[in-house]
Amino acid sequence: MMAAAKKFSPVWLTLPSLALFLVMLMTPLTLTLLLSFNEYDNMKGAVGGFTLDHYWKVISDGFYLEIFWRTLKIGLLTTLICVVVGVPEAYILSRMNRPWRSLFLMIVLTPLLVSVVVRTFGWSMLLGFEGPINQLFVALGWGKSRLLYTEGAVIAALVHVMLPFMIIPVWTSLQKLDPQVEQAALSFGASRLTAITRVVLPQIMPGILSGGLIVFGLAASSFAIPGLLGGRRLKMVATTVYDQYLHELNWPMGASIAVILLLANLVVMLTCHRVVEGQYRRRLG
Amino acid sequence: MPRNGALALTFNALVVVFMLAPLVIVCLVAFTPENTLSLPGWSWSLRWFEKVFHHPDFMTSFVNSLWLASTSATLSVALAVPSAMAITRGEFRGRGALEALFLSPLVIPHLVLGVALLQLFSHIGATGSFFWLMLAHVLIITPYAMRLLISAMTGYDRTVEHAALSLGASRWTMFVRVTLPMILPGVTGGWLLCFINSFDELTMSIFITAPSTITLPVRMYMYATESIDPMMAAVSALIVALTATTALILDRIYGLDRVLVGQR
Repeated sequence: MMAAAKKFSPVWLTLPSLALFLVMLMTPLTLTLLLSFNEYDNMKGAVGGFTLDHYWKVISDGFYLEIFWRTLKIGLLTTLICVVVGVPEAYILSRMNRPWRSLFLMIVLTPLLVSVVVRTFGWSMLLGFEGPINQLFVALGWGKSRLLYTEGAVIAALVHVMLPFMIIPVWTSLQKLDPQVEQAALSFGASRLTAITRVVLPQIMPGILSGGLIVFGLAASSFAIPGLLGGRRLKMVATTVYDQYLHELNWPMGASIAVILLLANLVVMLTCHRVVEGQYRRRLG
Repeated sequence: MPRNGALALTFNALVVVFMLAPLVIVCLVAFTPENTLSLPGWSWSLRWFEKVFHHPDFMTSFVNSLWLASTSATLSVALAVPSAMAITRGEFRGRGALEALFLSPLVIPHLVLGVALLQLFSHIGATGSFFWLMLAHVLIITPYAMRLLISAMTGYDRTVEHAALSLGASRWTMFVRVTLPMILPGVTGGWLLCFINSFDELTMSIFITAPSTITLPVRMYMYATESIDPMMAAVSALIVALTATTALILDRIYGLDRVLVGQR
């Protein structure tokens, strides 16, 4: 009994992981932050020193502003569509009977495990000039149109990749919900719509909010989809960072854009945490 | 039990079609006998699969990816088991902060990690090293193993462990003979989830792979930006098949809904 009663404080067990995170996470992020303040020379690359030029360029140069604005717009639209599609879908799934429910849940969520490159490639075929969607348009008499390399193509593929991230938190909050409350609302004479908007929706709001923020964060930093479906002209923040690093070789500029992206992402994620916790506290307290 | 109306079921069917369409078309086009991206009509062919298996670049990258995913998943689980144990049962200050740190790669864009590691690697001369690429993968997949293991370790009865200890087992014996068998589904489930995530990773790897260490997703991305032919579809179909198999095993071992939806 002595051994079991003795307090076990195994901080040392975390040391290997801690070392990994120190070397592979803290150090490189610090290096990148420092690099973003370095001066840049066309011939020599990063030459040290301290300057805020790159950050200033990002917020003053029309080229970068347009890219950030486009990323924000595409991120918001993707989030909006994911909410409009994902919330009803999660609700419908939760009202299904046993075998169907888990079957459809798996069908909707499993694509999450397939490589984004594969799924993006699938979209480029669906949306291609000779692709099935254009053939459907022809059959309907609308004629072919250029679907690839448009914002619409990028958004369609983003919604496909992000939808599971919306459905999962909404599904989780629907599981916690007592179906009898909805039944009670109905039996007291509320219409279907009233029962959903006044009883169900307020209770799953934390799930919708956290799903929405995750989707926005991931969509705004997505790389493969705008890279493959956006073509050369539709640049988003992530593809611009890639260009700065590997084509322009202007690492300090790329670093400042990456730092801005990271900070924006962390703000979104922390807000998510705060908002969701606040919601729960209000409901409980 | 409330029933879904016809409208709701139609909506569900549309969402299902939307989610499956890009995967289905990839698998169909892979069997085309033509030279262009087209759906196979009456005749199906395996020629593009054959081409993949005879394409040295794709095969090298495929082997690289398999090797990278299995070594990094193993190392990641080996790191996550002791850390998750410390976090779930240790009583020390900063436990929450430590857990947040270990899960943090989930909220950092992979692109940012990619450029940051590119810089680190060029400082220390690790560009093109398989070992450092593996460490980078361990970093981004550890949160998945950690999350699964933490939930596996919080959800079980500790009295058996206490019994082992009071019957004179050492802490090591207790761990190997009692704890490990009980958390085994979490360990194997975590390993598979890590494997899939490492195997699929593109955005970070594209910055830190060299020609000799290029992974399959990076190779596919590079290939797709230049030209698109049915061989890409064949590679994609193979990946879909591999992922589906892994997902099935994962479902048998740990429950896919528990992995994807999470129960915390």
